[in-house]
Amino acid sequence: MSISTLFQHKKKKKSDEDYYLASQWTLMGRKLMHHKLAKFSIILLVFLYAMALFAPFVAPYGLDDYDSNYKNSAPTKIHWKDEDGKFVGPYVYKMTYVNNRQTFKREWAEDTSEKFFVKFFAEGREYKLFGFIPCSRHLFEVEGENGGEGAKIMLFGADSLGNDLFSRILFGSQISLTIPFAGTAISFVLGIILGGISGYFGGLVDTIIQRIIEVLTALPTIPLWMALSAAIPADIPVPRMYLYITVIISFISWTGLARTVRGKFISLRNEEFVMAAQVAGVSTWKIMTKHLVPGFMSYLIVNLTLGIPSMIIGETSMSFLGLGMRAPATSWGVLLKETQDITSIAQYPWRLIPLIAVVVTVLAFNFLGDGLRDAADPYK
Amino acid sequence: MWKYIGKRILMFIPTIIIISFVIFFIMQLPEGDYVSSYIARMQAEGEVFTEEDIASLRAQYGLDKNWVARYFDWVIKIVTKGDFGYSFAYGRPVWSVIMERLWLTIAVSLTIMVFTYLVSIPIGIYSALHQYSVGDYVFTAIGFLGMATPNFLLAIILMYFSFKWTGDPLLGLFSTEMLQEGLHWYNFGEFLQRMVIPTIVIGTAGTCGVIRTVRAQMLDEQAKQYALTARAKGVSERTIVYKYCLRAALNPVASGLAGSLSSIFSGSTISAIVMNLSIQGPVLYEALKTQDTYLAGTILMTQAVLVVIGTLLSDILLAWLDPRIRFEKKRS
Repeated sequence: MSISTLFQHKKKKKSDEDYYLASQWTLMGRKLMHHKLAKFSIILLVFLYAMALFAPFVAPYGLDDYDSNYKNSAPTKIHWKDEDGKFVGPYVYKMTYVNNRQTFKREWAEDTSEKFFVKFFAEGREYKLFGFIPCSRHLFEVEGENGGEGAKIMLFGADSLGNDLFSRILFGSQISLTIPFAGTAISFVLGIILGGISGYFGGLVDTIIQRIIEVLTALPTIPLWMALSAAIPADIPVPRMYLYITVIISFISWTGLARTVRGKFISLRNEEFVMAAQVAGVSTWKIMTKHLVPGFMSYLIVNLTLGIPSMIIGETSMSFLGLGMRAPATSWGVLLKETQDITSIAQYPWRLIPLIAVVVTVLAFNFLGDGLRDAADPYK
Repeated sequence: MWKYIGKRILMFIPTIIIISFVIFFIMQLPEGDYVSSYIARMQAEGEVFTEEDIASLRAQYGLDKNWVARYFDWVIKIVTKGDFGYSFAYGRPVWSVIMERLWLTIAVSLTIMVFTYLVSIPIGIYSALHQYSVGDYVFTAIGFLGMATPNFLLAIILMYFSFKWTGDPLLGLFSTEMLQEGLHWYNFGEFLQRMVIPTIVIGTAGTCGVIRTVRAQMLDEQAKQYALTARAKGVSERTIVYKYCLRAALNPVASGLAGSLSSIFSGSTISAIVMNLSIQGPVLYEALKTQDTYLAGTILMTQAVLVVIGTLLSDILLAWLDPRIRFEKKRS
C-alpha cells in the first residue's frame, strides 16, 4: 500500500465522519448547494436585497428629483466610444424631444453637441445610508448637472413626472422586498402558536380555531385584501401604511401554516418522547417549543419560502389598484400602476420594467423554495 | 355516503353564518359609511347639505343603527323573505344587481376551470412520462413563469400584443355591436374569441399549479411498489399509467378543486377590472370602495358559498376517486 492510497483512505474516512456528525441544518445546507437553480437564486436574492439596502447609494436620483424636461423619457443610451471609434469611457448625451403633432407623442433624440461623462463614486445628492450615516457619494453620476440643465442618466427611462425609473425601482424594492419578510414573520408566529394550540390541546379550542381558518380560507383572498385595505385611512405616514399592509397580508396567509403545524402536532403529540417529557414534568410551553417545533422546523421554512411569492404578488396587486402603498411611498406595485392603461404601455413600453423585477424575484423565491424542499427531504 | 353529505351540508351553515358576520365586520371598518362618501362626492360637485338632510338620508338607508343591529336585520330579512337588502349605489335590490352578472360570472369561472384541467392534466402526465425531455423543460419553464407573473399584468401584456397586432385590445366580453344586439348564435363565435384572453389570463396560474402537482404525483406513483409489481407481472404500460397511477395521482388535484375555484374568484377580480369584463369582480370593487355594504356583502357571500360548495364537491369526488378515503368514512 502506497502512502498516497493510505492518505486517500484517511481522507475518505474523515469525510464520512464529517457526514455522520453533521447536524441536520448542515446537511440541508450542503444539499442545497448542490441544487444549481437554488444556488443561483440565493445569489440573485442576496444581490437584490443588497441593492435594496444600498438603494440611496446605487440610485443616481432621489424620489423627489423629477425633471419635467425628462417626462416619459426613453431609457438613456450609454456611449463608450467617441466619433472616431476611440474608447473614451461611458458618457451620455442630453435628451431632447419634439412633440409629434399627429400622435401627440414625444419623440426623443440625443443632443450630440456636448458629451456628459459618467463618473463613478462621485459626489452628489446627500442622503443617509441605512437611515443614519450621512453620505453623499453615489455609485455613478453624470458630471456637470447644474440646476437641471445638464444631461441625466436614466437607465430604464422616466415616468410621467420625469422621475428616474431605475432609482424608483431601487427605492421601491426597499418596500416590495421587505413586506413579504415582515408579513412572513407575523404569519409564522401566528401560525405556530394557533396551529400548535389547536393540535396540542384538541377539543373545543381546536374546533373553534379550525372554524376560523375555514372561514378565512373560504373568502376569496384578493377581495378580502381589498376590503381590509379600504379600511386604511388615506393620509397616514408611510411607516404606518407599511405596517397596516403587512398586517393585512399576513392576516390571511397564516391559515395554511396553522393547518400544517396542527397536523404535525397531532401526529407527534402521542410519541413516546413527548410522554417522557410530560412525565419528567416539563412545562407544556417548553414541550411545544423545545421538543415539538424543532422536529418540523425545516418543513416550516420550506413552506414559508414558498409562501413569499404570493405575498409579493399580493402587495403588487393591492398597490396596483391603489389600495396598497400609495404615493409618496414607492413600491413595485405603485410603479406598475402607470401601466394600467394600454395606450401608455404602447407608447412607453419601458414602464413594464418593474414587472421584470417582480417576476425575477418571485421566480427566485420559487426556485429557492423548491431547492429547500428537496434539501429538507431526508429520503432523497 | 348520503349521511356524510348531509352532515357536511349541516356543518356549513355555521360556517356561512360566521363568514357573513366577518364580512359585515370588515365592511364597517373603514371610517364613514355610504352616506358620508356620497355626501363628500355631492359636495365636491357643489351641492349643499344640512344636518337634517344627512340624518334623513341615514335613516332612509337604515344607516342610523349600529352595525350589529344592521347585520341582524339583514340576516333576518334574508332568511324570512329572501331579501338581500338594497344597493345604495344602484338604487335597486341587491339581488337584481347580482343576478345580472351571476350567470356570466359562473359561466366564465367554469370555462376557466375546464380549460385549466383540460390543459394541465395531459401536460402534467406528458411531463412526468417524458421527464427531463425538451418538452418537459419547456412546460416546466412556462409553468414557473406563469406562476410568477401576476395575472393582471399578464392581461396587460396580452392586451398590448393584441392591440399591436390587431389594433383592438379586446377589452370586455362583448363588442359594442354585441351589446346592442344581444348575444345570438351568429355572434357567439366572436364572444368565444373574446373569452380567449380572459381564460388564458385568469387560468394560467391555476394551470401551472396543477401541471406541477400532476407531474410530481405521477413521478411519485410510478416509483411505487405496486407499479413495479404490475410491471413485473407484465401489465401493459398503458394500463399502469392510466388505470393505476393516474387515479392515485389525481387525488391532490381533486382536493385542490375548491382552492382553484377560490383563486379564480380572487384572480378574476383584478383581471376583470383591467380587462373590463362584465362579471362580478368590478362591481365588488366599486361596492367596496363606496361602502355599498349590502351589495359587497352579498357578493362576497355568494362567492364564499360557491367555494364552500366546491369544497363539498371536491370531498365527494375524492371519496369517489379514492377507496381508502371512502372506507375510512364508512368505518367511522
